Amino acid sequence: MRVLVVWCPDWSVVAALEEAEESPRSPAAVLSANVVEVCNGPARDEGVRRGQRRRDAQARCPELVLLPANPDRDARAFEPVLSTVEDLRPGVAALRPGLLAVRAPGSWYGTESDAAATVCQALVESGVWDVRLGIADDLFTAEQAARTAGVQSWEVVPEGASASFLRGLPVHVLQGEGQQGRDLVSLLQRLGLRTLGDLADLPGDAVEHRLGAHGAAVWRRARGQDAALFAARTPPPELDAEVAFEPPLDSVEAITFSARTTAERFVAQLARHQLVATGVRVEAESDGAVCSSRTWLHPRHFGARDLVDRVHWQLQSATVGGSLRARKDSGTVRAPIDRVRFVPEVVEPAAAHGEALWGAASDDLVERGVARVQGMVGFDAVRRPVLQGGRSPAARQALVPWGERAVDLRPVERPWPGRVPGPAPVRVFATPPAAEVLDDAGRTVAVTDRGAVTGEPRRFRLGGGVLPWQPVTAWAGPWPTDEGWWSGGAGLTARFQVVGADGRAWLLVCSPEGWTLEAGYD
Amino acid sequence: MSSARSVATPDPARSVVEQLRERVAAMEHKPAAQRVPTLPGLADLVPLHAGATYAVDSASLALALAAGASRAGEWVGFAGCADFGAEAAAELGMELSRTVLVPDPGDHWLEVTAALVDVLRVVVLRPPASVDERSAGILDSRLRTRSAVLVVHGDWPRAQARVAVERSSWTGPAAGTGRLEERRASVVVRRGARPPQRAELSWPGVHLVDREVLELRRASG
Repeated sequence: MRVLVVWCPDWSVVAALEEAEESPRSPAAVLSANVVEVCNGPARDEGVRRGQRRRDAQARCPELVLLPANPDRDARAFEPVLSTVEDLRPGVAALRPGLLAVRAPGSWYGTESDAAATVCQALVESGVWDVRLGIADDLFTAEQAARTAGVQSWEVVPEGASASFLRGLPVHVLQGEGQQGRDLVSLLQRLGLRTLGDLADLPGDAVEHRLGAHGAAVWRRARGQDAALFAARTPPPELDAEVAFEPPLDSVEAITFSARTTAERFVAQLARHQLVATGVRVEAESDGAVCSSRTWLHPRHFGARDLVDRVHWQLQSATVGGSLRARKDSGTVRAPIDRVRFVPEVVEPAAAHGEALWGAASDDLVERGVARVQGMVGFDAVRRPVLQGGRSPAARQALVPWGERAVDLRPVERPWPGRVPGPAPVRVFATPPAAEVLDDAGRTVAVTDRGAVTGEPRRFRLGGGVLPWQPVTAWAGPWPTDEGWWSGGAGLTARFQVVGADGRAWLLVCSPEGWTLEAGYD
Repeated sequence: MSSARSVATPDPARSVVEQLRERVAAMEHKPAAQRVPTLPGLADLVPLHAGATYAVDSASLALALAAGASRAGEWVGFAGCADFGAEAAAELGMELSRTVLVPDPGDHWLEVTAALVDVLRVVVLRPPASVDERSAGILDSRLRTRSAVLVVHGDWPRAQARVAVERSSWTGPAAGTGRLEERRASVVVRRGARPPQRAELSWPGVHLVDREVLELRRASG
């Protein structure tokens, strides 16, 4: 089996730069725990290296763009690359973000070089600039071949030539396999083995004896006998259903009536596989050519009646034209229809959609529902609240985008001196609106450097001057804090709990910039 | 039950057969007055029925109505509540890992709420300024088929009950001393043409302080 490997070097940096909307040519590094995890070519030219501390990297290259590590983002950004390759050749396996493998196309594109050129061109056209390909007999050799290839170039190792190709490579190519790989490289270098050829020449039983199972696996790989297989996505079973009309029908009612049994068969066929469809493409053919095709999504899953409705809507909107449901992609039906086909686009296990006799919706169902909301309003618009430590109510919580892990949370259990006691406020304003607080003489109340209040709060006004003044019936405070003074923080701020005439309590903050409304007890 | 499922325990105070019957009726899409768990302090005052909409005028009441279901193992969601107080929710016993927030749905608030109603048991919505009858009707029918509860913080054309805070007071702070400790609020529940019910609630924790006394006082005076 010939293997084609596509390698996009420094993928984390590429993905992070794209997300940060920075130029892909600017020197950048992805940091994890203040240590450079990955850096790109321009940064390497300046002397930035993997494993460097942040200060050292910045000293070598002051204009270095620092980016946070986020494996989810890398995988998300790699998905379009996978689907681009999948369009050309099915059975793609993502080994990790930035590296994918696929069975090399045989003679479909001519020679293997032509196939690599086709894949490379498709990827560059889709916007991936730095892409390198390798074709060889096994996965390891193909990956090494991709790593020796230049930008937008490829390296083909002929059949049976893996061992001779690998012979000349230095042993540090094994470093890519994490800590175990780095330890092995260090040991091999101390043993005086400089190239993979030196390692491959050793007797196999001696290698296994000295280096263990991992060493033996590496030895086999270095001889071009890599047995590793990759699991490509298996194509789903054939679940389409279609009905042919003879003679062709031109009335929407007749078509929907005739499609009913097919829709029932379609749903039953899915049910036999313990599946339900949540997205179905309905295609109508006229005179042997598809004339109307549209994908329908269901909030839960399609039953036979739902499908018949969709056929009705699609064909009617196409014939009537200009109705609410008509979309551009529905296509107009002018000629009699001779075939209607249901193609399942999204199928999910039926068990995830069953209703429990006791209890709430299954978590999978909620995940799907939330994913639909994310599709409507954007990935970042759906949040999950988490608690964290802090002094102000806004700092004590974080809204994490749904589906991402919360990172860099402050610990809750620390004492956090200076935080406001009492029940937590029900409303916490992310961007605190301005407020005004006056004392008896009509002067704005302030807090001195020693934390003393300059006058007793008498009346206050919220909503930036829109709402009327109201008297203060009770107040408590101040709780002064001076946060972030080492990095130019807000200066000395003091929090007050203020109860208005209507019996509602507010948490107001007095900072050098003025008063703001931080939270409400409503 | 598999561990992938979050399971709500049946209400021990009511008969198991009756609750199962409600559940099956809801699955068969029959109109059923299935009960949704509430906090003990609100259980008598505002019992939540699946498929109904409740309008409230304060964020703490909205939170309290959602907290009971979350505490009983259901999923809850908040749409349009940009000022969600996570710590206050956690203090009421809400399970934050089963809470979905859409702080700013923008123009899509109706679609977002309908999608949330599909999968969550209680959805709290702060709608934009005006809501027309038609939008409300769309959500109503969705609520009934999915046996969910909608709690609207604001105005809503057809709500089963409207809960409002008439008077509220805090104990604790004086002139610069003390801190916020306890809140007492007298709450009025209006259901269509029926006479309004009044009760006094106390925070934190949402407890029913007194109900009969208030009603007696109203009847006598």
